Formats: sequence, C-alpha cells, structure tokens
Amino acid sequence: MSRIRRALLALALIGLALPARAEQPLLADLSGHLIAITTGFTGTSVVLFGATEGPGDIVAIVRGPERDVAVWEKRHFAGLWINGASVTFAGVPSYYAVFSNRKLDDIAPPSAQALSQIGIANLHLDSLDPETKPDAATAFRAALVAQQKAAHLFGEYPGSVAFLGERLFRATLDFPADVPTGNYLVEVLLIRDGKVVSGQTTPLVISESGVNADLYEFAMNNAALYGLAAVLIAALLGWLASLPFRDA
Amino acid sequence: MGILDIYLPIAGVSLDVIALLALGTAVGVLSGVFGVGGGFLLTPLLIFIGVPPAVAVASSANQLVGASVSGAIAHWRRGNIDFLMGGLMLLGGFGGSALGVWLFALLRRIGQVELFVSLGYALILTLLGALMLIESTRSLLRRRRGGMRRKLHQHTWLHGLPLKLRFRRSKLYTSALLPVFLGFCVGVLSAVLGVGGGFVMVPAMIYLLRMPTAVVPGTSLFQIIFVTAAVTFLQALENNTVDAVLTMVLLVGGVVGAQFGTRWGAKLRGEELRVLLALVVLAVAAKLVFDLTVKPDDLFSLGTIDA
Repeated sequence: MSRIRRALLALALIGLALPARAEQPLLADLSGHLIAITTGFTGTSVVLFGATEGPGDIVAIVRGPERDVAVWEKRHFAGLWINGASVTFAGVPSYYAVFSNRKLDDIAPPSAQALSQIGIANLHLDSLDPETKPDAATAFRAALVAQQKAAHLFGEYPGSVAFLGERLFRATLDFPADVPTGNYLVEVLLIRDGKVVSGQTTPLVISESGVNADLYEFAMNNAALYGLAAVLIAALLGWLASLPFRDA
Repeated sequence: MGILDIYLPIAGVSLDVIALLALGTAVGVLSGVFGVGGGFLLTPLLIFIGVPPAVAVASSANQLVGASVSGAIAHWRRGNIDFLMGGLMLLGGFGGSALGVWLFALLRRIGQVELFVSLGYALILTLLGALMLIESTRSLLRRRRGGMRRKLHQHTWLHGLPLKLRFRRSKLYTSALLPVFLGFCVGVLSAVLGVGGGFVMVPAMIYLLRMPTAVVPGTSLFQIIFVTAAVTFLQALENNTVDAVLTMVLLVGGVVGAQFGTRWGAKLRGEELRVLLALVVLAVAAKLVFDLTVKPDDLFSLGTIDA
C-alpha cells in the first residue's frame, strides 16, 4: 500500500507547510487522480487527505458523470409482471457518495444541507417529462435511490473522514468493481457552525485502461469495424478448432 | 470475487474466468452431444450470472459464429451441406436479422427487452421441448413394438406453393419460398434472443421441408454462420452490445467442450437421452414463466437512456 504511505507523507508535508499559508482555510487532495480499470479490476480505493485552518467538519462529495435514467415500475398484467409506467430522470449522477467525519444532521441543519446540495436527499433529480405528477415522481425517485444504494453507487458514509489531531484529515474512498467510467468531481467542504466556510473541488478520472480501454473505444467509435472484427475472430477460432479433426 | 476475475469491457462487469470457461465448455459439450448450437441455454445462463441481457444476447450470437464455423466445416468435409437450400435460407435470414435487431433496439427503448426475451424463450423452449418429447417417446415406442414406417412423401398444401426448385443434395423438388420464410423467422429469433436457431431450424427442415436427416445439421449450421455473423455485426453497429472478450472466453471453453461432447455423443446418443433433454428444456421454460408470474421483490427497475 505504498499509495497510502505516499498520501500520508504528503499529508505530513502539508501539515508542516501550513503555518506559512495560514489564510487558506482548507487544503485537500487525492492520492491519485486517475483510476485505471484493467482486465483484473475488482474495485479500488483512493485516499482523500488534507488540512484545515481552525476547527470544523469535513464533508466530501464524490459525483460521477451524469446520465439520464429511466425507472420502470412493474405491474400485474394478464398474470405476468411486466414493466408499466416509467419516469425518466435527467442528469442523474452515475455515482454519488458523501463522506463525512460525523452524521450530516449533526454537521449542518437541513436548510444548509439543502442549500449546498449535501446528501442524497438533496440531490436534484428532475423528471425529463414536465407532466409527471410530483407524488408519482417521489416514489420513482425513492426506487432509483434505493437501487443505486444497493449497488453501492449511492451512499452516505458518516464517520469515514478521520481527523488526525485537530487539523489533518483523511478518508478512504472505495469504488466498487462495476464503478461507471468517466470524469468525477470530488468536492471537499469545510463546515463550521453549520455553515460552509470553504470548499475545494478536485477532479478524478475513472477510465478503462490498456486493452480494455482500446476495445471499448473501438467498439463505441468504430462500431462497424469492431463488429466485423468480432465476427472474423470468432470464425477464425471456429476454424482453428476444426483443424484437429481434419483427418477424422 | 477472486484473483481470476476478468473485466468485460462492454458488459462493464467483472466475472470469474473459470465460471465463464465452464459455461462455455458445458454448452460446447451439449452442442457436441445433441447437435444443437446451445445458444438457447447460453443466453439465459449468461443473464443469470450477471451479464446485462442486451450484452448476453449479442455476445451469444458472436460466440455462435465460431461454434457453427467449427461444426459446419466438419459437415462440409463429409459433403453434407445443401448449399442451394442453405443459400435460400440465408436470403431470408438476412432480412429477418435486420428486422430483429431493429425490433431489439425498439424493445430496449420501451423497456420491454426482459419481458420479450423471457416470454420468447418460454414459448420456444415449450414448443421445442414438447416436440422433442413427442418425437423421442414415439420412436422409443416404435422401436419397442418394432415396425410401422411413415409414408415417404406426404403431400400437404406446402408443396403447392409457387417458385419450385430442384434441390439435388436434398433430393427434393419444392418451393423456394419455404426455405426463405424459414430463414427469415430464424433470423428474427437470432437477433432478438441471441440463438442460432438450430433447434427450430433442424425440426423444421426435417418435418416441414422433409429434407434427408444426413444433410440437415450441416445445412443448418452453414446458414447459422452467416445469420449469426450478420446479427453480431448489426448488434455491434446499432446497439454497441457485443462483448468480444466475453465471446472469446466462451469460445475457448466451447471448443474444448465440443470435442468431448462429440465423443460422448457417439456413445450416448439415443431416444432416452432425447427424452431427458426434452424434460430439461421444458423445466427451463416452466421456470421462465413462473418467474414472470411471481410478484418481484422490487417492482422497480432501472434503465439508462442512450443519447
């Protein structure tokens, strides 16, 4: 785990450097800004570390790339359970996690949480169809959140940010094996007396790397050529397989 | 999660290589023993171990390209392919697979892929299982009683269709519309369900077209190569759902499995075995229908919308 050791070293350096730049109330960084998904990828973690000037709580919000998500509700029809009504939500983060040193409600009042969009409850999830009834949308929204939580793609982790002394903090951000790829943003907030006093945003890129990335790119950007190659390789393997039986 | 997990770039999931190889091998054995492609079992099993249905369907089609090339070459060496018949089926097959891929994209948009795939499989497996069961028990009984041959040429309205052609290898004089239509239906099936359609094609060739049994598997495999190739290409183009890594792992397993399967098949083949397969197929169909009728734990499901 040399990555974590390096992070801790950097953490210590920041601690040493802090007195020189006392105006900066919050400094934070990640142990790495690129997560490469290779063939053997089974999930990974990134260390968030930093220092604060003065007391306060730390909340880190990690957001994955946004996309539109349709939520389908099954209904009983002719004895079968089939997809019926659906609500499509626009700009749903494919990954959303809130890391904090203690419970969000202890850190800031609900109004402040809503203002700064902290926590899953304050995620702006709007239906693409303006005619969706609000109460119907609520049920679908709840289902969306529940499923994302179950897949470890949405989550709130109070207590995951640890203070080392009064000013240094660190947190381990875990990402599951099927984490969506794309550009992530990590927003770190320093909250004092229920108010956000300082914030810093760092990018995090999760991308497929090596053969995987090439294949994925190839499949998406050169779909026709990829399809052709897939067919030819399969046919070639089939032909090779028949060789041992040639004389049979 | 183990050390041997492999990340599938298109499916976007990590799966155990050993499990995938075993799955490929098992389906290979099956295809060797019974002379069917095995796609009808591969797709549901892939979905069961966590591959998204759309990727499972498209990658199974890709796997079948390799599997059917291997099988067709063996039959071609023995001269057991009716190229005219296969070519006509192919003509229909291309049309059918284009319609199927389009239909698949539509189903994906309206959120009914799951339902359609489950129902489609339930219907086909029930038909197939019932046909096999009837056929195999009949021949079992016939063998026990001994005797009673069926008429060599039964004439039905199918033989009155226009555009008649002479098929030398099949020793048939019949309408060209029949193989074209048959190919079309199998093409649709192949695209929507990720099956080669051998299990529909083979009985149809024997019972509807009345082709000699010797040329049936080779001709069926010959046209399946091209239909599954077309499906793979179109799925990659339209839906970006072909996972080449998944296909390769399955094929490696399948190649080994088919070798064993062919050897065991030579020893095991018999009516009793076909009865057993028929029962397994019927059980899978029953399970699929049962799953659709039971109230799911979670009524909601998510689907991402493509731009």
